[in-house]
Amino acid sequence: MRIIRLLVTVGTLGCASQGGPQVASQAPVPAAPKAAASATDTTTSHYGAGALSLPNADPYPSTYKPSASRPTLIRNVTILTAAGPRIENGAVLMRDGKIAAVGRTVDAPTDAIVIDGEGKFVTPGIIDTHSHLGVYAAPGGDALSDGNEATNPATPEVWAEHSVWPQDPQFPRSLAGGVTTLQVLPGSANLFGGRSVVLKVVPSRTVQGMKFPGAKYGLKMACGENPKRVYAQRGPSTRMGNVAGYRAQWIKAEQYRRKWDKWLADKKGDPPDRDLAMETLADVLRGNILVHNHCYRADEMAQMIDIAHEFGYSIRSFHHGIEAYKIADLLAKEGISASIWADWGSFKVEALDAVRANLALVHQAGVRAIVHSDDASGSQRLNQEGAKGIAAGRAIGINISEDEAIKWNTINPAWALGLDDKIGSLVAGKNADVVLWSGNPFSVYARAEKVWIDGAMLYDRLDPNESWRTDFELGFVPATRGGSR
Amino acid sequence: MRAATRFSATMLAVVIGSSAAPAQTIAIIGGTVHPVSGPMIEHGTVIIRDGKIVAVGADIAIPADAKRIEATGKWVTPGLVNSATEFGLFDVGFGAGSSDVAAKGSGNGLTPSFTAWEGVNPQSVYLAPARDEGVTSVLIVPGGGMIGGQAAMLDLVDGTVGDMLLKAPVAMVGTLDDPSAGKLGARGEMFAKLRELIEDTKAYMRRRSDFERNATRSYALGRADLEAMVPVVEGRVPLALQLNRASDIEAALRLAKQYGLKLIIIGAAEGWRMGPRIAQAKVPVMSGAMNNIPSSFNSLGQRQETPGLLRKAGVDVALIGNAGGGDEEQFNIRNIRQEAGNAVAYGMSWNDALRAITLTPAEMFGVADKIGSLRVGREANIVVWNADPFEFGTRAERVFIRGKEITDQSRQDELTKRYRTLPPNYTKP
Repeated sequence: MRIIRLLVTVGTLGCASQGGPQVASQAPVPAAPKAAASATDTTTSHYGAGALSLPNADPYPSTYKPSASRPTLIRNVTILTAAGPRIENGAVLMRDGKIAAVGRTVDAPTDAIVIDGEGKFVTPGIIDTHSHLGVYAAPGGDALSDGNEATNPATPEVWAEHSVWPQDPQFPRSLAGGVTTLQVLPGSANLFGGRSVVLKVVPSRTVQGMKFPGAKYGLKMACGENPKRVYAQRGPSTRMGNVAGYRAQWIKAEQYRRKWDKWLADKKGDPPDRDLAMETLADVLRGNILVHNHCYRADEMAQMIDIAHEFGYSIRSFHHGIEAYKIADLLAKEGISASIWADWGSFKVEALDAVRANLALVHQAGVRAIVHSDDASGSQRLNQEGAKGIAAGRAIGINISEDEAIKWNTINPAWALGLDDKIGSLVAGKNADVVLWSGNPFSVYARAEKVWIDGAMLYDRLDPNESWRTDFELGFVPATRGGSR
Repeated sequence: MRAATRFSATMLAVVIGSSAAPAQTIAIIGGTVHPVSGPMIEHGTVIIRDGKIVAVGADIAIPADAKRIEATGKWVTPGLVNSATEFGLFDVGFGAGSSDVAAKGSGNGLTPSFTAWEGVNPQSVYLAPARDEGVTSVLIVPGGGMIGGQAAMLDLVDGTVGDMLLKAPVAMVGTLDDPSAGKLGARGEMFAKLRELIEDTKAYMRRRSDFERNATRSYALGRADLEAMVPVVEGRVPLALQLNRASDIEAALRLAKQYGLKLIIIGAAEGWRMGPRIAQAKVPVMSGAMNNIPSSFNSLGQRQETPGLLRKAGVDVALIGNAGGGDEEQFNIRNIRQEAGNAVAYGMSWNDALRAITLTPAEMFGVADKIGSLRVGREANIVVWNADPFEFGTRAERVFIRGKEITDQSRQDELTKRYRTLPPNYTKP
């Protein structure tokens, strides 16, 4: 019902919905400071990395430390590993933050906590490639609307992490849905929305304390209706204007990269002027930043692929990809993953051709299919969305096993974030991001019962007294979540 | 509104006669039958004749002329009712085409005369996806506005809106969640405005002829809107109000009691805090189980347990989509069964959840004599599922609406078929 939806839309204005203010502000983009010394600078230079204008600097490094953990064995449980067939009556051992062993029988160290998982399921932690938590924080409203720097169609200089509010009450709710890693993206008002940030879903005073150590940045790009609507007055106001806008920026970025790479090679003379926007795009061209491209229509995705070829970068994932099924062969050939919904559609013209078999069709074509949310509520039920994808496939004769489909929630998004060597499957040596489900996660009745990140149990539905409550919730939100059964 | 009500009733009588299925007898045999109005029947049979249910039970003689549908091992339920839809009121949510969801009126958010269902397009491409997954009736709910307009209950049969119409109006719909919906500045002002509207309606009812002669003081609204409010003020048509904050719920309960209004609460994010009061006032609630986000200061206590807790408190609950996203008002009307499954996961009993998407909304909106249960005399809105209807892997194998089996091909099915193998053939559907 619209009266309900309006509240939600206004509160969580992400990419899918309206994408930004209806009338673009004409305010100029403030010039980026030439030498922004950072308080969290870790380089030895007292001028700071910013003063040296090093394009690859990490001026806001992760300060994440895994929570304390004890060796934990979950046994007698069905394991969807995302790395092969399920293991019935299996066991998973977590030790020192890592998966120590997975198999039919695993010996428990004497000091291990042992959990009997009879009738329950274990999966890797759920990974959402498309989140706006923290940048469109609850309870919403203008004060917390920090996801779209809708003042200029190209803002590669903004970084989502500088908008993230760690006290967003939506974080603990995602964790309770089994989500352990999120990519927080800027919105889709702009052609170039800015840098994303990959976060662990953990309580922290600072965003730095949530940042996934070693994760690459992403660049949010957006096709189609949103940018041309938001900038209708000043341009781009058409899809061809959108494309001209991408190309103009990449031409500048290529020049910038050349200049800087030359200076970095010989360090002769003054370094070139630093440009925060170009720094991000140049790092895309160097392959250091992964492109996450909001794009609905098949023909536009094909255009974006050509633009990537023209300028020599690759697209890591198309987001929303309502029509991905129409070019599944092209996506497979290009090795681009598809971050898509199970069943959203019709909310705007470029979403009209949504089909429920999208996940199954792209999966069958050999594309890495990913169930994403773009929604604080949907993020909590990515397993249910995967279940819809399985059912839609079966309805047209594409039989995808649950053992395969769990990859849509885990290893495939891990790959899209460049983290598939660390998370996304239950394989010895990987980070112990693990969910124990009350039943088969593809059942509507299953709920995440316990969630571990790096081996530390951060959520336990059976122990509501230990539930993570954000500062905002104290006093405002009754402490009831998660408890009742 | 009296004239209009009479008109609807007349139209209804004509309609059901004209759109009933051809004389045919169908027997759905041997399934696990969930009549909702009574206990589950193992190996039950349902007999349909001329679009109505004529027998339900375990030991029923199957008429010789009946078309037999084997349902052993299947689950047989009433057709599902989604009671928060904008079915047929737009083709695309945003950026093109018309939207017939919200009335404009004089801009003050008070448009009680708005009959949203009259704008429904029965040819909507969103018909097939809804009924293919077992939704057979929808409530058409006007959007926006403190008093946004009137809701109607439709069956998702082929035909005109007149053919589809079960009953109209079934509720006056509005919101007291946000003063801006009435172009007002404060919550208290909303209640004052609503009182004014009710008092003016009462005055108008007493002085219709004076009103026609311009011999009354000016009222809050014009004639058509006051007429539309008459059955609401008389307590014949429910006033369904979006209310989320506990204090708003309490204030609305007080106002409803003061004026003898038949209140329905929509949303009820913090309704769980008011369970006993709501139950005591015998006020039903429409809420969902897929939202736990304190997305505004009006809904800080939002919980997925709300439907289950209200049920435990003795409140009648109809489940509606409340998560936002995914357009469950139209594109995903079908997701009402996911809502029910989640309600069960968060504490509602399975039987209550099924009731909350069948008989309870039918009762709430005065159509329980026609839909919502598998009882003799009810319309044959029946779904045969291959397993638990709330599970994602379950299919609605057979869907009957007023006794007619639905075998739709949706636009989505056609697109899927076209792109099943690439490249597509554009001369084939």
